Amino acid sequence: MEYIGQIAFVIVLGTAIFVLFKRIKRIKSNINLGKDVDIKNNTSERWKNTFLIAFGQKKMFKRPIPAFLHLLIYVGFLVINLEVLEFVLDGLSGQHRIFAPFLGGIYPVLMNIFEFLAVAVLFSCTAFLIRRNIIKVKRFHSREMTSWPKLDANLILVIEIVLMLAILTMNAADQLLQQLNPEHYTATGSLFFSSFLIPLFEGMNTTSLIFIERAAWWFHIVGILAFAVYVTYSKHLHIFMAFPNTYYSTLTPKGQMKNMDAVTNEVNMMLGIQPEGGTPPPAPEEIGRFGAKDINDLTWKNLMDSYACTECGRCTSECPANQTGKLLSPRKIMMDTRDRVEEVGKSLAGGGKGLEDGKTLLHDFITKEEINACTSCQACVEACPVSIDPLDIIYQLKRYVAMEESGSPASWNSMFQNIETNFAPWKFAPTDRFKWADNLKKEEA
Amino acid sequence: MSDNTYNVPTMAEMAAKGESPEILFWVGCAGSYDDRYKNVTRAFVKILNVVGVSFAVLGPEETCTGDPARRAGNEFLFQMQAVSNIQVLNGYKVKKVVTACPHCFNTLKNEYPALGGNYEVIHHSTFLQQLINQGKVSLKGGGEFKGRKITYHDSCYLGRANNIYEAPREVLEALDAELVEMKRCKTKGFCCGAGGGQMFKDAEPGNKEVNVERTEEALSTGADTIAVGCPFCMTMMSDGVKNKEKEADVKVKDLAELIAEGLGEK
Ligand code: SF4
Ligand code: SF4
Repeated sequence: MEYIGQIAFVIVLGTAIFVLFKRIKRIKSNINLGKDVDIKNNTSERWKNTFLIAFGQKKMFKRPIPAFLHLLIYVGFLVINLEVLEFVLDGLSGQHRIFAPFLGGIYPVLMNIFEFLAVAVLFSCTAFLIRRNIIKVKRFHSREMTSWPKLDANLILVIEIVLMLAILTMNAADQLLQQLNPEHYTATGSLFFSSFLIPLFEGMNTTSLIFIERAAWWFHIVGILAFAVYVTYSKHLHIFMAFPNTYYSTLTPKGQMKNMDAVTNEVNMMLGIQPEGGTPPPAPEEIGRFGAKDINDLTWKNLMDSYACTECGRCTSECPANQTGKLLSPRKIMMDTRDRVEEVGKSLAGGGKGLEDGKTLLHDFITKEEINACTSCQACVEACPVSIDPLDIIYQLKRYVAMEESGSPASWNSMFQNIETNFAPWKFAPTDRFKWADNLKKEEA
Repeated sequence: MSDNTYNVPTMAEMAAKGESPEILFWVGCAGSYDDRYKNVTRAFVKILNVVGVSFAVLGPEETCTGDPARRAGNEFLFQMQAVSNIQVLNGYKVKKVVTACPHCFNTLKNEYPALGGNYEVIHHSTFLQQLINQGKVSLKGGGEFKGRKITYHDSCYLGRANNIYEAPREVLEALDAELVEMKRCKTKGFCCGAGGGQMFKDAEPGNKEVNVERTEEALSTGADTIAVGCPFCMTMMSDGVKNKEKEADVKVKDLAELIAEGLGEK
């Protein structure tokens, strides 16, 4: 009987690790459905971005109030994880507060810091729930925020609140037990925040207190492990993906579109141009489609972007198309991409049709009307706190429509034709191009 | 061409004389054909003449950079344009390009290198700022602009695309006018609605035109001049002002026009 707690804990921990491991493997293979691109250059710049934007939350602070609240949760998460380590070691060893003897006088200080952060997280999560559900901040209620994304966001906040309450409850019961059974319950000294809960439990007998303390302990650790698994299905995955995603984000100017080398080869061949150095163009690899119709035409970085998206809607709230009532929403572009990747990945894992299921990202998830509304203004790219580039996906979808489907709006097709025949997007004669100077050259200076 | 008229040499003319100018002024399609923006082209050429900058244009040899095609998804057409432009530019051994169009600027500067076109490319706002800082453009006491309110509309392809926020503002400050900012400015600047090929098609269904939204914001600053540095922004903001029936009180002007006016050139 002595070891029953430890055995139960090993089973719980083992199951969580197993499920988590499988999920991580799936996400990794899902991201690898994307086309390969080589993103390795300039490591120092990349680390700098990761440090400032991901660790340092730099872009969050464009909106100071949510940034501050978010920072409390973020620091709370990082620091309280140290306590989770103690929980795991306690669970495996069957001990209680295994770190206390080693840390001596520092232990109570640490516990007070953890409690302070737990309260800070509680406060922020409550504020966020109010912002979402009572104040109804606009960006949390647009079209793509259907029932699941809304539920997901609220669930995360509620789970965090409940987990923090469990820590405080546990510490309150523990403090009472320290007086009743100082042998087993290591003295932590008075813990400031949980002390407020003590009156709730005062007068209870030892058995009830032990039950409450143990129940809160199990609830917290099982809750955290279950939450870790849940995170992989949720927008909350950004807590991990934000880091690699920022690291691999584009370093070139935002206005620069990526060159399609496959097209360059064709253009050079058509115009009979020898590439520099006189070497013949490399044998064309499998060209595939021009542009993107489905997720396997996008790059792995685009797919990673979709897993890093926090669904915060900062992009959409600054998108000129969206703000003037058009269907386009850069957040939806990211959410659709992720949904499609998950769908295909799930199907492939179950031996299903995967990409060949008759659906595609373009048309079935993202419509032409959406991408045709984009002004390429890069406001979404600028706004995103985790360096996601929704515009890159939009460009690739547009390329497929224009080059593979010839399905661009009629007025764009005429613009293309004008450029081909008149070398200007409007229907003006090339011979008139220099006319603007005619009078000027006669004008008295 | 006599000595006291404006000089607009072409690269071909210069090459025939065995000369090469310091800069190539890339006029762009809007600068060549759009009635309103042709005035900006002329204003800029006047400034170049007054300051005595050694420049030339491609004239009839210039063609579209391919930017609108690329943004609309037609990479093939873009590259055809780019490659043939690069052949012309490299043929003249062009080193430095100045343009008044942020879309041409972005394409020439950021996207031509991948296709073999490497030039120092400068937008006219930066070029004007340099002339002012070097003391080559001295404005006549700012009399005309003193005390007037000007607001500056950031072009996406200067601002977010290339991080040029200060140059156009410094140019405006040289006019001695009062620069008033819109709430959404610089990195948060709100698009005029014409980028990404939108200039060449009708807007998708929505509840408002992007340019009207932006113009309302510009008008709310109380400025009597909306300064722009982009031909598409010029069209969109001018249409917006017309839509709001404010064209009698509020003018949309390019930076080059304002500086030319400040120099006493009209
Ligand atoms: S680039 Fe396109 S999607 Fe992004 S904010 Fe601008 S209009 Fe919206
Ligand atoms: S793309 Fe970025 S800004 Fe947009 S919702 Fe996702 S995380 Fe937020």
